[in-house]
Amino acid sequence: MEILKPAIAGTLESSDAQVTIEPGKAGIELTLTSSVMNQYGRQIRATILEALERLDVSNARVTVVDKGALDCTLKARVECAVFRSCGQSAANIPWGGVVR
Amino acid sequence: MIPRPRPERFRLRRTMMFMNAQKPGLIKDAYIYGCDSIMLDLEDAVAENQKDAARFSLYHALRSIDYGDTEVVVRINGLDTPHWQEDVRVCVAGGADGIRIAKCESAQDVHTVEHAVEQAEREFGVEPGRTLLMAALESPKGILNAYEICSASERMFGVAISGGDFRKCMQTTPQRDGVDMLFARGQMLLAARAAGIQCFDTVFTDLDDQEGFEAEVRQNKAMGFDGKSLINPKQIRFVHQVFAPTQKEVIQAEKILLAYREQSAAGVGVFTVDGKMIDVAFIPGAERTLRLARACGMYEGDLV
Amino acid sequence: MRNAVGREIPDALLTNGREVYQGRNHMDGRYLQKAAPKTRRYEKPQESKVVESIAQALRDCGAKSGMTFSFHHHLRDGDYVVNMVMQTAIEELGLKELTIAATSLGAAHDPIADYIEAGKVVGIQTSGIRGRMGEVVSAGKLKTPAVIRSHGGRPRAIEGGEVHIDIAFIAAPTSDCVGNCRGIGGKSNCGSLGYAMTDAKYADHVVVITDCLVDFPNMPASVEAIDVDAVVVVDSIGNPQKIASAAARISQNPRDLMMAENVAKVIASTPYFKDGFSFQTGVGGPSLAANLFLEQYMDERKIRMGWAIGGICGPMVELLKKGKVGKVIDVQDFDLDGVNSIHQTPGHFEMSASQYANPANKGAFVNKLDFVVLAALEIDTGFNVNVLTGSDGILRGAPGGHPDAAAGSKCCIIVTPLIRGRMATVCEHVVTVTTPGDCVDVLVTDYGIAVNPLRPDLIACLDSAGIPHVTIEELKEKAYSLVGRPDDLEWEDQVVAILEARDGTILDVVRKIKPFTLD
Repeated sequence: MEILKPAIAGTLESSDAQVTIEPGKAGIELTLTSSVMNQYGRQIRATILEALERLDVSNARVTVVDKGALDCTLKARVECAVFRSCGQSAANIPWGGVVR
Repeated sequence: MIPRPRPERFRLRRTMMFMNAQKPGLIKDAYIYGCDSIMLDLEDAVAENQKDAARFSLYHALRSIDYGDTEVVVRINGLDTPHWQEDVRVCVAGGADGIRIAKCESAQDVHTVEHAVEQAEREFGVEPGRTLLMAALESPKGILNAYEICSASERMFGVAISGGDFRKCMQTTPQRDGVDMLFARGQMLLAARAAGIQCFDTVFTDLDDQEGFEAEVRQNKAMGFDGKSLINPKQIRFVHQVFAPTQKEVIQAEKILLAYREQSAAGVGVFTVDGKMIDVAFIPGAERTLRLARACGMYEGDLV
Repeated sequence: MRNAVGREIPDALLTNGREVYQGRNHMDGRYLQKAAPKTRRYEKPQESKVVESIAQALRDCGAKSGMTFSFHHHLRDGDYVVNMVMQTAIEELGLKELTIAATSLGAAHDPIADYIEAGKVVGIQTSGIRGRMGEVVSAGKLKTPAVIRSHGGRPRAIEGGEVHIDIAFIAAPTSDCVGNCRGIGGKSNCGSLGYAMTDAKYADHVVVITDCLVDFPNMPASVEAIDVDAVVVVDSIGNPQKIASAAARISQNPRDLMMAENVAKVIASTPYFKDGFSFQTGVGGPSLAANLFLEQYMDERKIRMGWAIGGICGPMVELLKKGKVGKVIDVQDFDLDGVNSIHQTPGHFEMSASQYANPANKGAFVNKLDFVVLAALEIDTGFNVNVLTGSDGILRGAPGGHPDAAAGSKCCIIVTPLIRGRMATVCEHVVTVTTPGDCVDVLVTDYGIAVNPLRPDLIACLDSAGIPHVTIEELKEKAYSLVGRPDDLEWEDQVVAILEARDGTILDVVRKIKPFTLD
């Protein structure tokens, strides 16, 4: 998917993550901060990058502020931000396809 | 991904606890409190501009969290909104056990959702008929059409009244003795029993009024409800306590089932237990009592 | 050298007879040579010990570089005294190479971090360390490793001469002109002054700092004039709003309540739960809520609690007033209900830190304790608890009385959610061992209960009461199945803090954490 406009999903509450996605030209530029960086930073980054890859997003600036979200929440926030940035978040989501 | 067994249409549903599907901290383990069903809410708890985000969050919760024996039902948005079709798709794709139809007013409403569910089951390769339905009656029209709603589909496992909206329509407020909804509750119970499905009472929202809550739960039990919707885990224990059978009832049920096994093996249809005449009509009730007793930790035998 | 909780302790630290932790009650029966302070004689009659300023008091007490100053933390996050004294000593008197020996340090003391970075403060001895100070110490900026002791370990170390206090500073809500101090009757009340008592007896010099001078004699005094050199009156010793919260409320969080209910169930299943039993609880959500459910069991069995100790707050005072607990013995107060009750409600007494928890005296209160309910940041499969370091390896907590009450009690219950956000509370290895697993008996989480295999008697109690329980390994696996297995923290060699067991042996060390990079 091509990132068309800036979009945001998620909150800064505990156990959540806020994902901001913006159009970019130089691959995936990920900025990650996390309350559990030392123990889970690498796993969180892998989860985010995998979700973007499944959605076929290859150019974007992605900022994730993680407040201790579980993987299922991270995926949900990344996907929602991407679909929002393409204006496609309201209906006909490919559940079980690229969203899984 | 966590595979969930095919949902049981008639299972124990004493407590159905509402949870905002958009709150990761809540939905990740709502089952630890021991309610029978959790009700993940896409409707009122989710702000209009977060409906999309809630669905993503719901989908991954359904696919990755092990809810164990706890039933997972999703309350979808009303049929008068632009959201409900996508809500149905995500519920079916995620493998929710059931869908609660908000503001249901007619058998047609049930059919409309059922049709969307069938389509979604085909689209996502889900076993046809797997996804159960229940209806929330929130208006006088819903109550008047209760029987046609209850009997509208083989997927229907139950019906619930939604007190907030209903009381507004009726120009009343919660009353201590329950008189505000006495007739509606009664009518809905009649319809549910006639259609052979379960019946659930509305939430009690004043968390500080424990006395009022307890009175309402006792009345629910006395009227014959199967269970109650809840808004807070701390309400669970009392409902389970009230809905538990008495020790006497458990012993009686056990005796009836044991005697029935012996007698029917000997070809006898009518017999007596403790001087009371018993026949096959008593069996479902006795089985229900023992299942309830097992859930309450009061029965460990193998008759049910 | 490896110690009894499996931690590698650098040999370089094992000097002057210092040993590694070798298990609960290892030092029992040994003799302790107490150290006496060198104190000044005041033979001449004197009108008053009030001096004009902190600087003057410091000069009168012969303050110089290299000294150890002691403080106590009853003013909690509202404390102004530590910062006032250190600022005067360093900026007015130009002192350096100072060591702070405090009963605890917290968010109120962020400015001290600057003095550590500037090399003016070179040693920290404390039970708790948080905020910026925790960060700079973790970053290796303190010249010597910080020494972290429990509330009982500190008076032991002071009495045994391991810590020599040159000047003790008493933050006194009220004092008279010669230094009789109390924790009540002023404008910045804190109730008990229990942690200050040992300091006053063992310091060479004692300076009282108060914002409310009262008529002589201020009786009954918590810190007595016979130990005091000087009294300084300042505008304010602390922010009352942050000293004691209005009232410690029992949590309404359903998760806390569920865990608290299970704690009470466990307590009620043991033989120690009988008329006259003794109890201590923390003020954390589920620990404090245990009071509520315990009261229901007490009513049901028609029994009373004999006595309660520890930090005290409203719900315990309430039980005392209702006659459901015989005596409350108080080392610190957490809310205004506690502050307003001590010395006022019959049966509500003050005690010193040594009386409370010192393992080297002849019988602290914790040694007679039946139950203690405590929280944890982490607990590992060996039941070792960490309440000091965060999941990033940074110092941000306080052992406090945790290790003392755990070791002394017949039944120590840890209550904590299985995960916090994405942190597994129940884990394979805690970051730092602050309470050894041989002192911990039961773990209550929101996902189940586990009993330490060292306590088959308690396992039998739970079984006969029909309370389901699992192994702690199962709880750990459940936690990891939810949050994933954490990566190991990466450390440098430098030891930034030494974690002393309450008996003075070394339980663990905290090293400098490597700066984290994703790549």
